[in-house]
Amino acid sequence: MTTATVSRWDRFRESFLWYSFKRDKVAIVSFVVLMLMVLAAVFAPLLAPADPYDLAQINIMNSELPPAGLAGSDPAFPLGTDAQGRDMLSTILYGTQVSLMIGFGAVVLQAALGILFGLLAGYLGGRVDAVLMRIADVQLSFSTLMVAIIVGAVFKASFGNLMFGEIAIYMLIFIIGVSEWPQIARTVRASVLAEKKKEYVDAAKVMGFSTPRIMFRHILPNTLSPIFVIATVQIANAIISEAALSFLGLGMPETQPSLGSLIKSGFDYIQSGSWWITLLPGLVLVVLVLVINLLGDWLRDVMNPRLYKG
Amino acid sequence: MALLEVRDLDVRFAVRGGDLTALRGISFSLDKGERLGLVGESGAGKSVAAFSILNLIAKPGYIAGGQILFEGRDLAAMSERELRKIRGNRIAMIFQDPMMTLNPVLTIGTQMVEAILAHRKISKKEARAIALDRLQKVQIPSPGKRLDQYPHELSGGMRQRVIIAIALLLDPEIIVADEPTTALDVTIQAEIMDLLLDLCEQENVALMLITHDLGVVSQVTQRMLVMYSGRIIEQGPTREIINDAQHPYTQGLINALPQLGEPGARLFQIPGSMPSLKNVPTGCPFHPRCNFATEQCKHSMPDYVRSGNVDVACYEVANLIEQEKHMQEAES
Amino acid sequence: MTSPLVSIRGLEKRFDLSGSLLEQITFEGGRFRRKKEAVHAINGVDLEVQRGEALCVVGESGCGKSTIARTVMGLLSPSAGEIHYDGQRIDNLERKASLPYRRKMQMIFQNPYASLNPRMTIQQTLEEPIRFHHPDWSPIQVRDKIHEVMHSVGIDPDWGSRFGHEFSGGQRQRIAIARALAVDPEFIVADEPISALDVSIQAQVLNLLMDAQESRGLTYLFITHDLAVVEHFGTRVAVMYLGRVCELADTKTLFATPRHPYTQALLSAIPKLEDDRPNHIRLKGEVPTPVNLPSGCVFHGRCPYANERCRQEVPGLITTDGGNQVACHAVEEGRL
Repeated sequence: MTTATVSRWDRFRESFLWYSFKRDKVAIVSFVVLMLMVLAAVFAPLLAPADPYDLAQINIMNSELPPAGLAGSDPAFPLGTDAQGRDMLSTILYGTQVSLMIGFGAVVLQAALGILFGLLAGYLGGRVDAVLMRIADVQLSFSTLMVAIIVGAVFKASFGNLMFGEIAIYMLIFIIGVSEWPQIARTVRASVLAEKKKEYVDAAKVMGFSTPRIMFRHILPNTLSPIFVIATVQIANAIISEAALSFLGLGMPETQPSLGSLIKSGFDYIQSGSWWITLLPGLVLVVLVLVINLLGDWLRDVMNPRLYKG
Repeated sequence: MALLEVRDLDVRFAVRGGDLTALRGISFSLDKGERLGLVGESGAGKSVAAFSILNLIAKPGYIAGGQILFEGRDLAAMSERELRKIRGNRIAMIFQDPMMTLNPVLTIGTQMVEAILAHRKISKKEARAIALDRLQKVQIPSPGKRLDQYPHELSGGMRQRVIIAIALLLDPEIIVADEPTTALDVTIQAEIMDLLLDLCEQENVALMLITHDLGVVSQVTQRMLVMYSGRIIEQGPTREIINDAQHPYTQGLINALPQLGEPGARLFQIPGSMPSLKNVPTGCPFHPRCNFATEQCKHSMPDYVRSGNVDVACYEVANLIEQEKHMQEAES
Repeated sequence: MTSPLVSIRGLEKRFDLSGSLLEQITFEGGRFRRKKEAVHAINGVDLEVQRGEALCVVGESGCGKSTIARTVMGLLSPSAGEIHYDGQRIDNLERKASLPYRRKMQMIFQNPYASLNPRMTIQQTLEEPIRFHHPDWSPIQVRDKIHEVMHSVGIDPDWGSRFGHEFSGGQRQRIAIARALAVDPEFIVADEPISALDVSIQAQVLNLLMDAQESRGLTYLFITHDLAVVEHFGTRVAVMYLGRVCELADTKTLFATPRHPYTQALLSAIPKLEDDRPNHIRLKGEVPTPVNLPSGCVFHGRCPYANERCRQEVPGLITTDGGNQVACHAVEEGRL
């Protein structure tokens, strides 16, 4: 249609979301920091001075060099090097990439499962609802870490360390995604229960539309705001979960480090004075999780349907 | 002196992108024992007007100008502490939804006793006796039993009776009732209105009834105000306005009622809808929907003119009165 | 007499309140008992809607009028009884088989703030039903149809790209009517279509519904609590009380000579402009809950004319000399 008078962009600029974003300094700063980190991570291969995955570029003689400005530092390694002689700046950039991939990947999986099961449970009700929600209850009664430790240990034992390294990232996405879906499923179910009583759903039924069409085309779009808020916070949670698993040695291998495994790898050297190997990736992790959570809080305030009407 | 006199009241809401004017130059008075109807459609500002009488406007709303004189004292300038002595005590309020007043986890009796003890230094026993007396006044079946019941155990009509009993607890001078029967069925509505009217007459309480229902206004009130877009556009004796409305909006509102139309024929309709507070038209706010609108109506707000006992804000009415005067002068 | 377009036969609808099996079991008097509770929303209703008429169903909240609307439209399935459309039973059809009736029968809802999908533009709201029921239509045909219905309800076709929340209540209700008209229905169930609207807007929407009836030859089943609207709009009126029809008559007849004591009380309760005081027939008590239905005539507890027979025996609809069909022993016996 050429007669569209208002574009989506205009709509966004007039929206309450944009309005409150402009006035919220915390949200703006968080968003800018997060975007910088995401861009840096995505373009890590272009930005990083060295490729930490390439063993040929590593020289063990450069190990445990301190960051620039400290005695004994090498200008080639602005953030110092780790115990294997890898450039810390490069490993942190690559590590952030891995952590973010796991975070986003796990949340995409969680959301896919959660939305599907939540929609089915909420809209169909009855037995389907009872069964799906009991599964969710069972799932929630195990902690993510416990499930991950068991699954991780089984995988590690059955595939061996080398093979495990290759599939670790997918396995972590799978474990974190699968163990956290009930959160989203419950939220979706609650909003579906509220939405399905509204008359626009009756209107769709009266039109003769099929159940999947009503569920996905009519109800789903109206349940997305709370999912959006939860998903944001869940990205931070997934990153933390991954870090915790890696710290326990069940996450990413050191050859393909995430922020968590970097922290772990440096942990042994704190005593010997090489604090930066742990502290720098730790700082990055804290900042990353913090800005995502701050954005999540802001989103929650903005999308609260009680505060935001029309 | 009138019991309540509102003079040039302006109420605004501070929102993003500047202030919205919810009430503009509202002036009216209420005598002792008088029943006044406040009529308008949603968005006309009638509930804001009711709340502002008790200086109960919640933020971001605020009283930007004017006076609310209750027995000569200005409520708009009073401290919160002084106001509390008046609210619920001298001026009582009845809301559309009884659950706005009733606490669901306390018994009716507890709530009534508390309301009395907040304003009077008497014993609990005496307070309970007053509560029982008021429940009897509102003709609730087995009032003694109701004192120990919770709000959810009562039907909608019964709850609204309890609300009226609570409003009467402290022998108020004025009852402000905001759409008290809108949520109720017609037969229950008729009974509640009947009751409210009888009680106001017996106890000589002034009633300010906010409603959108012209039928109820004509049954219950002696005088009425019609509001449109935050302004009073017509006020005077109810009978006079209902029988011979002056303002084109009031005329339209009355003629649009199905009970007056020829069955099966098209109803009289006012085109368009009430403007939102965000874009109130310049001049007379009704001009875009008015058949008599002239260039003058678009640019300046008409002042009130008197026709019979009715005050109307309309240039068309003013012109008609002017013409009549000329004709009479010419005759004499 | 021609055959009715829609006929409702012996309709009953109960809503189970007791929940799952575990929740039904109670411990009473030393033994476990299974206790079942249900809301009896409709208790044996027979109604026929003739082609081209507007049959109004009136009553107070809880009388089952909305349940009738929703059952006729297939949003609820009847506990007993049948719904027939043009001679064909439709309440037990599979979804595929019911599709033709979905096009012929449409519904307008009470709350225009909830009946439009907040995430869909007006264009999408109107386009989806047309494409769904006419998959073979070209985009130009679809567009023309959308323009036609928007024009006929008085909505500017340029507003298509806007969302529902950008409109006022009256405009939204016009859009909802346009959606119903978009599939060219013959029969429309309107469930309190104007009660959420302001007085001046009510007149606009009523006029629109009457114009549509005239120009499209529509048949209405009109659900409302507002008797003044009924007098204006209805061809015939059915007055309901606690899930039963207590009086059924031509609108003129009903308003001129209401026979059932409940109809009389209901009519007297309308606040009229010419009244200086409320003057209504006072009924004792309030509407009982439909969980425990009274025996006999459902109205006997509030009826000033009730006698022993009314407390025992359910009255059936009888036709009076005036043409009213009334379910009342007092009328039948000539006591009233």
